[in-house]
Formats: sequence, C-alpha cells, structure tokens
Amino acid sequence: MTETSVILNAPTRATRTPAGSAREVRRRIGPVVKHIVLILVGLIMLYPVLWMVVSSLRPNDAIFGDPSLILKTFDIDNYVNGWNALTYPFGKYLINSMIIVLGCIVGNLVSCSLAAYAFARLNFKSKRWWFGAMLVTIMLPIHVIIVPQYIMFSQIGWVNTYLPLIVPKLLATDAFFVFLMVQFIRGIPRELDEAARIDGAGHARIFFQIIMPLMVPALGTTTIFTFIWTWNDFFSQLIYLTKPEMATASLAVRQFVDAQSATDWGAVFGMSIVSLLPVFLVFLFGQRFLLQGIATTGGK
Amino acid sequence: MSVVSELRELKSSPKGGGDGKAAFWFLLPWFIGLFAITAGPLVASLFLSFTDYNLLQAPSFIGVENFVRMFTDERLLKSLGVTFLYVIVSVPLQLAFALALAIFLDRGVRGLSFYRSVFYLPSLIGGSVAIAVLWRVVFGTEGLVNQFLAFFGIAGKGWISSPDTAIWTLILLNVWAFGAPMVIFLAGLRQVPASLYEAAQIDGAGKWRQFRSVTLPMLSPIIFFNLVLQIIHAFQSFTQAFVVSGGTGGPADSTMLFSLYLYQRGFRNFDMGYASALAWLLVLIIGAFTAINFWASKYWVFYDD
Repeated sequence: MTETSVILNAPTRATRTPAGSAREVRRRIGPVVKHIVLILVGLIMLYPVLWMVVSSLRPNDAIFGDPSLILKTFDIDNYVNGWNALTYPFGKYLINSMIIVLGCIVGNLVSCSLAAYAFARLNFKSKRWWFGAMLVTIMLPIHVIIVPQYIMFSQIGWVNTYLPLIVPKLLATDAFFVFLMVQFIRGIPRELDEAARIDGAGHARIFFQIIMPLMVPALGTTTIFTFIWTWNDFFSQLIYLTKPEMATASLAVRQFVDAQSATDWGAVFGMSIVSLLPVFLVFLFGQRFLLQGIATTGGK
Repeated sequence: MSVVSELRELKSSPKGGGDGKAAFWFLLPWFIGLFAITAGPLVASLFLSFTDYNLLQAPSFIGVENFVRMFTDERLLKSLGVTFLYVIVSVPLQLAFALALAIFLDRGVRGLSFYRSVFYLPSLIGGSVAIAVLWRVVFGTEGLVNQFLAFFGIAGKGWISSPDTAIWTLILLNVWAFGAPMVIFLAGLRQVPASLYEAAQIDGAGKWRQFRSVTLPMLSPIIFFNLVLQIIHAFQSFTQAFVVSGGTGGPADSTMLFSLYLYQRGFRNFDMGYASALAWLLVLIIGAFTAINFWASKYWVFYDD
C-alpha cells in the first residue's frame, strides 16, 4: 500500500520549477551535497563497528595504537583464541542462544497467531476489554513482573533451564506480535472467510487454510524480530542462566570483559563480532519483513 | 494504526458476542499467559512490595516501609537523577535525528534503501552486549575517541571512568540507535498526500513553511507514538549500563540506570520486597510520563480523522 504512494509522490515533490540559474545550480549540486552528508553520517555511525571488525584481525598489541581502518596484516589468531578462551568453546554458547531463539520463534508464531485471529475475526464477550488488556501488556515494563516470575520459576526448579525464557512465548506474552498480526489479519478481505464458511469451514479450517497462508509476511516479521530480540536479550538470560554450560552468546561475551585484568581485547572483539554475525545475516536477508512490520504497526 | 491510536479509539469499537466458544480456544494460550505470566506476577509483586522477602524465609508483611525507605535511599535518588537525565536527553535527541534523516531520505534520494539499511542497523545491534563492550573500548582511556583527539592534539580522558561523562556515553549510544524510529517516520512520510505539498506550493510556501505546516502536523501522530514508546523503552535500559560499568553502575553510581539498581537490589542482594516496590515505582513513573504525554498530545498532535 505504501509502495504506490512512493511512486506517486516522488516526481511531484522534487522541485521542477525552472526559475533562474541560481536555483538551477542548487538543483544540480543539491543531491551531491545530500549524498556527501548522508555518507559522512553513515560513516561516523558505523566507524566504531568497522574499527572493531578491522581490529579483530590485528595482533593484540596493535589494536590500541591504530584508529585507522587499514589492515596491514591479516591475523585470525584472535578468533582462535577467543573461541577457546572460556570454559566451553564459543560454539557451545552460539548453539545455546540458537536453541532459545528457535523455541521463542515457534512459541510466538503459534500462540500469537491464534490470539490474533480471535481478536481480529471473532466476536466474543468483553472483547474490547480483553483487547485493551492486551495493548496495555505491550507497554508494561518487564521489571514489574520479573521478581515474582523469578520466584515462581525458581520454585518449580526452572532456573538454569531454558524454560523460563521459552514457555512465556508459547503463551503469547509478546503481545506486540499479537497486535502486529491483528493489524495484518484486519487487512485480509473478510469475503474470503465468508466464502469458506458457506462451504462449511469452521474457524479452525479458516484459520489454517485461509488466514495462515495469507499471513506469511506478518509471520516473517514476527520471526525476524523474535530472532533479533531474543538473540540480543541479556536481562532475562542473566537472571535465569547462571551455569556456564547454559550460558548464551550474550552472557559469554560479557564474561570476557568481566575478567577485568589483562583483557585479551582482540579475542573479545573477535567473539563480539561472531555474536553479532547472526543478527547481521538475519537483518540482511530479512530486511523486507522488518520494514514491512514497522510500516504496519508504526503508522497511525 | 499504532498501539497508541488503538488505545485512543478503544471506546468506539463495536460490541460483540457470538463466537465465544471458538474464541476461548483460540485465546487459551494467551489467557494462560496473561494470568500466569503477566497478571499473576503483577499482583504478586504488588503484594511483595509491602513485604520483606529474601527468597529463603517466607515474606513478612512490613506495610509501607519499603516505600518510606525510598525517600532516604540516596543511591536510589541518585539513580533516579541519572535515569531522568538519560531519558529526557536521549529520547528527544534520538527522535530529532530520526526525523531529520527520514525527511532527508524521503525526498527521492538515490540509493535510499542502502542508506536506510546503514542507519537502521545500529538500532538492531545497539542493545547487544557486543556493542556495549565496543562502547567501553571506544570511550576508554586508550580508546578510539581519544586516539582521534590525540591526532588533533587534544588530550582526552577516560570518558567511561569519569563520573561526569560516563552517562553521556550511554546517552550517545541510545541516540546512535535512532534507526528504528527513523524507519517509522519514513513509512509515515509516505502517507502524507502529495496534494498537500502541491497546495502549499501554490500558496507560495517555501521548504521550511511546508515542513512546519504540512509535514509536522501530518506526522505528529507518529512523532507522538515514537515519543511514548521510546520513553517507555529508555526507562528500561539495562544491558548497556550493566556492561559498560561491569555491573556496578559506577563510577560513583553515575551510570546507575533505574533497572540496573533494581537488578542489584533484587538479584544481587535478594532484597525481593524492596525490588518489587522499586518496580512499582518504575511503573508509576512510566505511567506518569505516558499520561503527561497523552494529555499534552491534545495541544500538538493533529488527527485528521
């Protein structure tokens, strides 16, 4: 829906009024200046990250003397050292993070889509009230429930398991995604449901055979956001996972800087980059879904 | 429709009934989650906030003592000051950057999607431990910033190790992550009808006037939405402060963001009663900020429906 308006807007908004040579010059130079500014801003923003990438390939003693992005030697020692620096090889932490991420993705996809269908398509008592409650939980800070939640999960012996991180997702507690999917389902023509109903389909069939296939973009957005947020999560992992064999990539990277004396910064940089790589790849390949998701929920 | 405008219009949605049975099954996981994972703990934390509880002994009821204690808890007061500074400075700056770049990108720049990706990426990784670690190095005594300053002959300092600058590095990190609101602004700008700009041009409005009289009013609901959400978000910042300060909130509690203080009370000292009271204080503060925002929105947010 936004794509068409972009195409319509672009030519009309660029100023095409021919008036004097000064304006003509500005029209020609304008874009160049604009690109210079954009490139500069982008470079300044990404410089620290690029520097981290370059530094991770430098010998350790060269890191702090060199603010440039020029690589004189290509040294993967830092990665080898970093990979083996902690109790377990770093791969173990990546796998742990991945297990949690996959569990959360499945949980969010199943539970949020079910709830969203009910809110978008079904009529039931006090629907407005429940819907309002759902919206409010989006804005509820996690801190206000984390203490009793921790007490509850520790009493049933779930501390140092991944259950406290995954089970809530199976119960649609990431209400943001319920909301995102409600928005999406509202955009699917009701005629499709009604045609199916005339053919004798119940809500279960309408949901699985009509809504689900049409909802793929929203499911994609949910998958990608869940991946990135869960992968980057630190607070709940820090609280629930204290054993080294359960640690995630986030917790592992933090362990590096915890041992404050004589930190092997090259190794830290190497593993920091390794831990960012999945997010970067997901961003690269899932950008379309990310932007779509933002457009459906962010707009008025 | 954003969360914010949904809440505004909740009153006017139609009444229902009819698919009760099916709705129950579809909503069952969500109901269980709402009661067991969200509402239950919410009520429990309200109860705990009136108790003294260290996880080992049963909670003992102490009335409002936890709340009274807050007034004399100097570390808390310091933490509140730090958090307010962080939120009040970083959120408007972040949104200003987001809006400026969105407008810059909106007017038919070639390579838009490339620039958008470059500016958006930091907001995806800004909350990660890895970037917080990087920040610690970049603003450290021998860090990247000081190396650049040395290049110009300026003597830098340990930006993170001195109490008067440490919080500013965190503020900068939050501003750095302006990509997410920027993308929302970009999506919003595309919804502004081109006819409005044409009409403004015919009336002789310049670029600035068009921005003030067309772009800003049309975008104000989205600015409002971003403001509300980013404030809520910023009040809960934790990872960056934790990693940059090594979990201490130092130097001299200067990076003790509220959630970090709550974490220390609750999960380091296992003072669960006080931590619950702190959590409710946070809810009240966020609630107050949100309420003020909604109230103030009457005066500057323009809804054309």
